[in-house]
Formats: sequence, structure tokens, C-alpha cells
Amino acid sequence: MQRFIARLILFIGSCCLSLAAFAIPALNMPYGVSPISHQIYNLHMAAFYVCCVIGAVVFSVLIYSLIRFRKSKGAKAAHFHEHLGIEILWTAIPTLILIVLAIPATWVLANIHNTEQSQLTIKVTGYQWRWKYEYLDQGISFFSNLSTPLDQINNKAPKDEWYLLEVDNPLVVPVNTKVKLLVTAQDVIHAWWVPSLGVKQDAVPGFINENWIYITTPGEYRGQCGELCGVNHGFMPILVKAVSQTEFDQWVKQHQKRAEHLLKIESLTLNKARAATHVAHARNTVELNAHE
Amino acid sequence: MNEALSHHGDAHADSGAHGPDKGFKRWLFTTNHKDIGTLYLTFSLIMLFVGGFMALVIRLELFEPGKVLINPELFNQMTTMHGLIMVFGVIMPAMAGLANWLIPMMIGAPDMALPRLNNWSFWLLPFAFSMLGSTLLMSGPAPDFGWTFYAPLSTTYGPKSTDFFIFSIHMMGASSIMAALNIVVTIFNMRAPGMTLMKMPIFVWNWLVTAFLLLAVMPVLAGCVTMMLMDRHFHTSFFNAAGGGDPILFQHVFWFFGHPEVYILILPGFGVISEIIPTFSRKKLFGYTSMVYATIMIAFLGFLVWMHHMFTTGAPFAAQLFFMYVTMLVAVPTGIKVFNWVATIFKGSITFETPMLFALGFLIMFTIGGFSGLMLALVPSDYQYRDSYFVVAHFHYVLVSGSLFTIFAAVYYWLPKWTGNMYSEKLGQWHFWLSVIGMNVAFLPMHFLGLAGMPRRIPDYALQFTDFNQICTVGAFIFGFAQLIFLYIVYQACFGPRKQALTNQVWEGAHGLEWTLPSPVPYHTFETAPQIV
Repeated sequence: MQRFIARLILFIGSCCLSLAAFAIPALNMPYGVSPISHQIYNLHMAAFYVCCVIGAVVFSVLIYSLIRFRKSKGAKAAHFHEHLGIEILWTAIPTLILIVLAIPATWVLANIHNTEQSQLTIKVTGYQWRWKYEYLDQGISFFSNLSTPLDQINNKAPKDEWYLLEVDNPLVVPVNTKVKLLVTAQDVIHAWWVPSLGVKQDAVPGFINENWIYITTPGEYRGQCGELCGVNHGFMPILVKAVSQTEFDQWVKQHQKRAEHLLKIESLTLNKARAATHVAHARNTVELNAHE
Repeated sequence: MNEALSHHGDAHADSGAHGPDKGFKRWLFTTNHKDIGTLYLTFSLIMLFVGGFMALVIRLELFEPGKVLINPELFNQMTTMHGLIMVFGVIMPAMAGLANWLIPMMIGAPDMALPRLNNWSFWLLPFAFSMLGSTLLMSGPAPDFGWTFYAPLSTTYGPKSTDFFIFSIHMMGASSIMAALNIVVTIFNMRAPGMTLMKMPIFVWNWLVTAFLLLAVMPVLAGCVTMMLMDRHFHTSFFNAAGGGDPILFQHVFWFFGHPEVYILILPGFGVISEIIPTFSRKKLFGYTSMVYATIMIAFLGFLVWMHHMFTTGAPFAAQLFFMYVTMLVAVPTGIKVFNWVATIFKGSITFETPMLFALGFLIMFTIGGFSGLMLALVPSDYQYRDSYFVVAHFHYVLVSGSLFTIFAAVYYWLPKWTGNMYSEKLGQWHFWLSVIGMNVAFLPMHFLGLAGMPRRIPDYALQFTDFNQICTVGAFIFGFAQLIFLYIVYQACFGPRKQALTNQVWEGAHGLEWTLPSPVPYHTFETAPQIV
């Protein structure tokens, strides 16, 4: 008996070890900075507490039985093996609990699906392995790449605070604005996931999925690609910068200027590239003919 | 049926009780259900170490941020192979091995109904897995798209070796379908006279339901990989939006197989636990009838929940609601099972031999996995859990401390019957405690990692995830190396010196036809069917 209790303590201790000794890293889902993330967090905690209560009841009966009805303590087995009443009871009670849980879940889900009355629309496209953001009404579009240096990944340089979560061009959005996201992909399936915003939306090539964000606090919120998309799946982070409306307007103006400028250069280089291809093509044809 | 069976028995009596062939031929040509069961279990044990080795490579790479051991390309191959091997090469063959060994002995049949088919269903597996494993040696990457092989990552963007993967999946599928067919035919036709369906041992019941699941969904998987093959080589566009197809169609087809598949992995385990807990509680299983109906209910609902793996794919609101409600409903029959097991233990006369320890470990840990499953059913929260380490933690709780623990429990429970040799109880207890500690240290922190936002299937991670990942790796190594004890215990029981003569019943509280046979069981059993009253 003592040996058993000692083992039990050892076992429970091992389970709690990671809880007690390492309280510093995050243990739980972030509460987040958007109404949806708050609702998801509350639902998550409600479900967690329901599970805790059911677990407490089931495990106490189990542990009580394991201690009380041991053969070594002279326990004699009873003979019952059926009881209709209690079976109906433990079918009905869980069903009721589930219904109680399903109601808020349905409500939150309905909120998530309500993309109406958005004030800004951004198209998010997943590429192997970076994100492209297009502000459809502002005419701004840019790629967002991982900016962690390769030396850090190969352990040749000390790692930054935001190792693997830093990008060159963050997604900039105004606070207190309902931003509609149109999520798609160019090649394989990706998923745009920022935990603090309560959004995970798969980016499926050939299809456009809708979701929305509404950030209440200015700040930087980080996420990662959530669907295995090839070799560099772990290296296409997301950085969302939430700024005030005035800052956002300034940012838009800057970018529109830059966009116009870039467009000019791009069309020039494109023409050059086309010319180069024509030359190369012509050369190949000549060589082929020579071979024949 | 009775007549046919006894006639068969007489024929054998005439030719004398002939034993197995000697050497390699015995195993290659065997049609004996016990030999084939042994083959399945041995194969599964070997694959457990192969898949486990890959898991340790993965955990080693994740010990620290930055590149530790392998590059991301190999990392993806390791996660893919680990998943495929553990699901198709360890759990399924082990369950099939238990079915082969036990179902004929439990229903009083001399063998499986289709013994030659039985031989073939096993021998397909080593070839299927050799082919799958050979992709690691090919130039270019081995399959690297995860065990769920989502299109278009596995079609348009898949490595060349994907074709070998497709063919090996076909072979595994054929093997499973034939095994399932054999089990259904055996159970329906070869039960001893007097054994009505509702008198069948609960393990047999669970396998019967599982076999129907296999028959229903393995062809769907075969269709799925065939469509992949067509997309890759014959210019179809099932999963390619540019050609009028839909990448999400792949997920519908895959998960229509995939969700029943996870019940295929666990239902036989439920059966094992329902045999073991009554034995060591010395009390009849509580609520046999409701256990049977709960199993059927779980299997039925299992067909109606596949889209809960796809909540973030852009599924419409109505579909999400339907699949959320049905998924939550699965908790009811599963809960009934857990409550019935606890009620069986309640007021029993309990002892704690290794099979019972593993059964109890299963009961507690599987319930925890069930809780996280319930949380995953809630669509809004699922948006945060999906494809994070929370999911990894969830399915390892239900598959490692679920399916794998039930297999350990079953092996410890029936090993004395199979070999006539009692395993070392002391080592068995060591194996259990190290496994249960290692398992929890490895997988409990993964819940926290997932909630904090760590995606699954990434070869490198942000600094905030370091502490828990290191704990996970330590746990994984404890768990992995604890399995060497298991290997030694099984070796000792099979080939070690016989310590003591065992009674037929072996365990004080054991009931059922297999416990009426001598230990070790003779090569041929129940040549004359027993009469069940």
C-alpha cells in the first residue's frame, strides 16, 4: 500500500512537474486583442473547466475504488453488473452538459462568420514560403518575408528575441476597424494564423476564404503558417502591426507613392527581361538547327 | 456447423496432431492463425522501434531552436514516415495480430475462416513497408507531406517517391481489407454452438465493429490515392483548382477514411480493456449490453464527423455546426464506456499486475485525451487549436496512452497463455511506470506549446517555446528507451527458460474460452467446437 501511494505521488508529481517548475513560459491560449479572440478564450476556458469538473468526479471515484477495493486489503468482489437507472443517468447528464457547451460555441461561431460591414479589405495570399498582402481599395501590395538571418538559424549568430517571427514588411492595419481578410494561396495550402487575433484561416489555391479581424489595442502581433506547406513551412511568419487611424493613413500615402515608383521600375525591368528572353530563345533555336 | 467442425477435427486426429513446419518455411507458408498472429505482432514490434527511432530524431531536432541535427527537408520526411509507420505499421498490425491470435480461441473456432487469405494479408505488409522505407534511400526526398498527404503538396508538388508511397498505401489497404473480411466471416460463421452474438466476448464484438469500419473506409483511401496517382500522371484535375478540381475534395475523401480510421485504431483497444479490467477486478464487466451498443454508436457516429478535421478550410457555417454537434455527441458513448469501466472497478477485488496497470494508465490518460478531443470539437476554439501542438498532444494521448497502452496490456495479459511462460512482473512494472512517466513528460507540455501558438510540423521554433520543447524531448527519450525493457520482457517470455507451470486459467479472475486451453496453447485448438451454455 505504501509503495503504491509512493508511486502514485511520483506519478502525479511527474505530471505536475512541467506545471510547477516552469511557470514562466505561456501555459494558456492568449486572451488576445480582438473581440473574437476574447470570445474564443472564454469558450476555451469554459470547456476546460467543464472537463476539469467531469475529470474530478470520474477520477475521484476511480482513485477511491483503487484504494478502497484492493484484494490485498481483503476486498471481496460484489456481483452487480447492470443498472439501467444509472446508465440512463450517465447518458443523459453528459448530453445536457454538451448542449450547454454547444450554445455559446454556436454563438461565437456565428460572430466569426459575420464578415459584414467591414471598413477595409485585404487580400492575403500564401506562397511557398512567404505571404503577399494586397490592400484592394488602396492599391497597395507587397510581399512579407522572414527576416531572421540565416546565420541565426544555423547557430552561427546569437538569436534575436523574435527569432523566426520577424518579417521585412509587416501587415499594417488600423485599430478599432473591422478588416476583412480574403485568404487564398498561389501554390499549396497554407494557413494564416495569428493567435492573439483569434484567426486561423486556411489559404487554399484556387479558392478565396473570408475572415475578419478587429484589433482593439495598438501593437505587434505575431503568428505563423498553420498548414504544412513544404520545406520552409516553419519559416513564413506573420507580423501584424496595429496602429492608430492617422498613422495608418500616413502609411498608406507613403506606400502608394512607393508603389507608383516601383511600378515604373518594374515595367522597365520587365521589358528588359522580355527582350533578354527573346534573344536567348533565338540563340537556342540557332544552336538546335546547328545540331541537326 | 457443429457437424462440419467435428468432422474437421476427426480428420486431424487421424493424421496425428501435426505440428508446424521447421524453419523459415513455417512462417512463409503458414495458415495457422496463431503463427500469423505472431507474425503480425513481431512485425508491429519491429516497426514500433523503427517509427520510435524517427520520433526520437524529431525530438532531438526540436531540442533547441536553430538547426540541431537534420535539415528541414529530412525533418518533414521523418514526421511523415513516423506517422505512417505508427498508424499503418504498428497499431493496425498489432491489433490484427491480437485478432488473429484471440478471436478463434475466444469463439471456440479451430482457425480463421479463410486461412490462406490470412497468410496473404500478412505477407503483403513487409513488402508494402519495404517499399515505403526504400523511398528514404532514393535520390530526391522521401514522402515529406505529412501522414495526411494533403493535395496539392503531395500531387503537383510531391516528390518523385510519392508514387512508391501510393503503391505501398494500396498494398496496406488490400492487406487490411482482406484481414477485415476474414474477421467478419470468422465471427459470423465459426462461433461455437451456443455462442449467440450477445454472448460473444467484448473483444470479439469490438473487432467485429472495427472490421466493418475497415471494410467501409479502406476502399475510400484506395480511391483517394488512386485519384492522386491520376492527378500526378494522367492529367486529371481532381485536386487541382486550375483544372476544375478542388484541393478540399482531397481532404473530404481523406478524412472520410481518416476519421473512422482513428476509431479503427482504438476500438479493438477498448475491447482489450473490457477484458482486462473485469479480470483484475474479479468482477463481471459492468453493462455488457450498453458497452456493445456504445461501440456500435461510436462507429456509426465516426462516419459523420470527418469534417471536424477541416473546420479552418473555409467550411460553410451550416456544415461546421452539424459536424460540431455530431462530434460532441461522440463524447456520450465514449463517456458511457469510461463510466462502465469505472463501475466495473467499483466494489471489485483489485490487484495490480502489469496488464491491469496498463489498463488503468489507459483509462486515465485516454480520458484526458478525450477531454482535449471534446475541446477540439468546439469550432471557435478549434480555430486556435487546429494544426498546433495542442492537436499533437491530443492525438498522442489517445493513440499512445490509448491504442499503444492497450496493446501492451493485451500482450502482458495473454503472453503467458501464448508462450506458457510468465513474464517478469518486476520488469513489467518498471516498463509501465517508465512508459507512463515518459509519455506524460513528453506529451503534456505539448498542450501548453500548442495553446501558446506553436504550429505542428515545424523543424525550428521561436525562442519562447524552448523550455517546454526540451522537457518534451527528455520525456520522449524516457518513453523510447523504456520500450527496450518491453523488448527484453517479450524475448524472455518467448525464448527464456520456463519458470513455473501455468494453470489453464493463468489469472485468478480470467473468464472466457481461451482460458480453458492449456498454457502454452497447443498448435491446434478447438478442433471440436466447445458447447456454450
